[in-house]
Amino acid sequence: MIALKVNGISRQFNGDPKMPLLWYLRDELGLTGSKFGCGEALCGTCTVHLGGEAVRSCVTSVADAAGREVTTIEGLDSDGNHPVQRAWRAENVPQCGYCQAGQIMQAAALLQANPDPSDEEIIEGMEGNICRCGTYQRIHAAVRTAAKEV
Amino acid sequence: MAQIINVSRRDMLKAAGASGALVLGAHLAPRAMFGEAQAAGASAAPNFFVSIDGSGAVTLTCSRSEMGQGVRTGMPMIIADEMEADWNRVKIWQAPGDPAKYDPPGKDAQNTDGSRSTRHGFDAMREMGASARYVLEQAAAKKWGVGAAEVYAKDHRVYHSGSGKSLGFGQLAGAAADIKVPTGDAKPKLKHPSEWKYIGKDMPVVDNFDITTGGASFGADVSIPGMKIAVVARSPVYRGKVKSFDATEALKVQGVEQVVEIPALADDKGAEFRALGGVAVVGSNTWSVMQGREKLKIDWDLGPHVAHDSSTYDDALRASAKKGGLKIRDRGDVDLAMKAASKVVEAEYFVPYFIHTPMEPPVAVVDASRTPVKVIAATQSPNQARHYVAEALGMDKKDVECEVTLLGGGFGRKSKADFICEAAIVSKEIGAPVRMQWTREDEIRNGFYHAACAQHLSAGLDADGKVTAWKQSGAWPSIVGLWNPVAKNGFGIEFGLGLVDLPYNSVPNIRIENGAEDIMIRVGWYRSVNNIQHAYAMNCFANELATAAGRDPLEMLLELIGDADNMDLAKDGVEKYWNYGDSIADWPIMPNRLSNALRAVAEKSGYGKAMPKGHGLGLACHRSFQSYVATAVHAVVHDDGSLHIPRVDVAIDCGRYVNPEGIRKQIEGAVIYGNTVARHGKITTTKGAVDQSNFDDYPVTRISDAPLDVQVHIVEDFLHLRPCGVGEPGVPPFAPALVNAIFDATGKRIYQLPVGDQLKKI
Ligand code: FES
Ligand code: FES
Repeated sequence: MIALKVNGISRQFNGDPKMPLLWYLRDELGLTGSKFGCGEALCGTCTVHLGGEAVRSCVTSVADAAGREVTTIEGLDSDGNHPVQRAWRAENVPQCGYCQAGQIMQAAALLQANPDPSDEEIIEGMEGNICRCGTYQRIHAAVRTAAKEV
Repeated sequence: MAQIINVSRRDMLKAAGASGALVLGAHLAPRAMFGEAQAAGASAAPNFFVSIDGSGAVTLTCSRSEMGQGVRTGMPMIIADEMEADWNRVKIWQAPGDPAKYDPPGKDAQNTDGSRSTRHGFDAMREMGASARYVLEQAAAKKWGVGAAEVYAKDHRVYHSGSGKSLGFGQLAGAAADIKVPTGDAKPKLKHPSEWKYIGKDMPVVDNFDITTGGASFGADVSIPGMKIAVVARSPVYRGKVKSFDATEALKVQGVEQVVEIPALADDKGAEFRALGGVAVVGSNTWSVMQGREKLKIDWDLGPHVAHDSSTYDDALRASAKKGGLKIRDRGDVDLAMKAASKVVEAEYFVPYFIHTPMEPPVAVVDASRTPVKVIAATQSPNQARHYVAEALGMDKKDVECEVTLLGGGFGRKSKADFICEAAIVSKEIGAPVRMQWTREDEIRNGFYHAACAQHLSAGLDADGKVTAWKQSGAWPSIVGLWNPVAKNGFGIEFGLGLVDLPYNSVPNIRIENGAEDIMIRVGWYRSVNNIQHAYAMNCFANELATAAGRDPLEMLLELIGDADNMDLAKDGVEKYWNYGDSIADWPIMPNRLSNALRAVAEKSGYGKAMPKGHGLGLACHRSFQSYVATAVHAVVHDDGSLHIPRVDVAIDCGRYVNPEGIRKQIEGAVIYGNTVARHGKITTTKGAVDQSNFDDYPVTRISDAPLDVQVHIVEDFLHLRPCGVGEPGVPPFAPALVNAIFDATGKRIYQLPVGDQLKKI
């Protein structure tokens, strides 16, 4: 049995410890905000925070999260008003929206570690997150906007 | 246009199976899509697109699939504007597939592709709004006992112009429910464009809050009671079949419950959008069934398409393009003009297969254990989904319902119902609802590919450097193969995607041909479709001709296009130009709009100014989906061959438009999509199987190689003309503008997409 915390709530898991966190969150807990895009740590749509750092939940097993704190997009801010979320709306970033939970979680972790990133650092920090709708210009602007507030 | 139907309140209640309060769609999916309109008090529903409840809450229907193009914002904006609703009090309800109700223009049965939602729906949505305003105004006039001419709706209220008294929409809903909407000449008047308050103004995406908080509901986010999850092992080669399989090991995986064969589609049936067959692993969670699938042992009969190998097929396409054959446009006498030319230039351009890679792989939930069968899917085309699911299950289409979730990208992939049919077949077999989940590998290896295409071009120049003859011949595997596997030529729709409508109207002699080739894989629509290769070849070749003639590329391009306000293809022997399904009288081909957009982008991008070494500015322009788009790419090629794009300017003339913010976003996105096409996208096959599988070997644009300064210029000179497409037309001109910029920067021409590492070899 694995014990972990997800968005502040204690959870226990009895299934296959190798199950990726992504499928545990989506299929077992019904937290569908984290998305499946590649399953191979190539696209970032599944990004969550593990102990405050951005990880790809598709390649992070539940066992890896044992005893640790997982935060998903649903738990980033109780009112959905984290500075990054607000910046995303202010810049009207989303198109289809599928990648955006991962983008937001990535950006939030980036700003946590580096509250005033340069243009280059934003690009480096966000490079692992694909947006097939092509919202990168607005993502870049929104990270900059959020940085002013974090 | 179909008539707007009066829906009496009782009918609506009956339809919703409710009594008392009006309930619009009791949906199972989470919050974003279906704000469950639990109506307060009496309600009015003057048509299938508007309902107003006693609290004044207005629910507007979106009957088109949202895949990021902003349709759930744009279409309701039109209704809200005409009815004078306050946008802040509007909720959007996503319609299921039912063309009788939800396709008032009667043109495409809610099939959301072809960049046509606004084009086809603009007038109809205005009428929906106007009829809602009408019933509210009439209700107020009746209540006050005054003439209808004395009342007017404004900002969610109806006012009496004499006294200034007013009633809110909610207070009028009950009385408005009994008022009939007149038709014909008496039908409610539309606003004058000067009175619009939303149309033409920036509006953010309605789903922004849900999307940024994880509450938006996509295909894979739908769960219904008793639902199982399935993945399918499919043949690596198109239309290969299962000979036999052993599921023993798969069934040992914890969470795997059943293994079910999906029978191969019968040989005498075209692939169309049907399920092709395979072995489904069914279980309680996605991880288990994915693990189980790994453990299947399947013996495949791969069939004849093992002969499909890029190493030989690409050359066959090139040879076929050179040979030409089927004449599809013939103006003047090309052969004679070539002989008389003082210079003849020849070139060949090649574009490989691409695959869509929407961030959300295909996924659908189907419950075929009940009648009517319930489909809840990320589909661009709910009624085609109903058709194919009904066929797969041997049922009547009317016994299949289809609700539409948000789509995590579509790009044409999700207009095909194959993945939904798989879900339906497995659901019926196991007698429980099924969520069919595709992985990225499935999506890349078992998709509908954008056609690889070779084009052979030649042109004659006279002594003054004017183009006197243009000959272009293309060969590609046609989409028509989905219906007719032995077809070898393209068809009218493909010809009309920027080839037969070559916009170089000033050239006196034009011949366009199509070469024949076998179709060896599923080919399908892909954002902007064949326009990609056609725009690439013609814009780059025009640039090449400018160089050959020692002329400025912009001047050459403007001269080729000219300024006629109509290009009549019928005069050039083009049979039945399809014109994107629209009447040529309403949407003629207007070369003057193309040159106008080109001039605009040249000016905005600072075309003509001196550039540092290694920098280049490239132009391209293209008409597609009725819009006219010109793109200027500023590219920098460094000594090591690396490429950087500091700025892109795009001018778009899409006629009358609804949401300029939406247009900017679509163009920004189209530039990024075009960047993938131009620099990365490439699907190849070996012995019939697709070589690529995920984003490591099928790279797409990331923020690190994305143009991050895309300037969109909406050209308003033809604002009085009908709305045109926006979702796709930004894609085609990007690749040729980039390739022309690379030439400007380096003197190297790219004859084959993607650019990839070709610059490293300079
Ligand atoms: S799904 Fe995890 S990185 Fe793509
Ligand atoms: S918004 Fe669609 S993938 Fe990013």
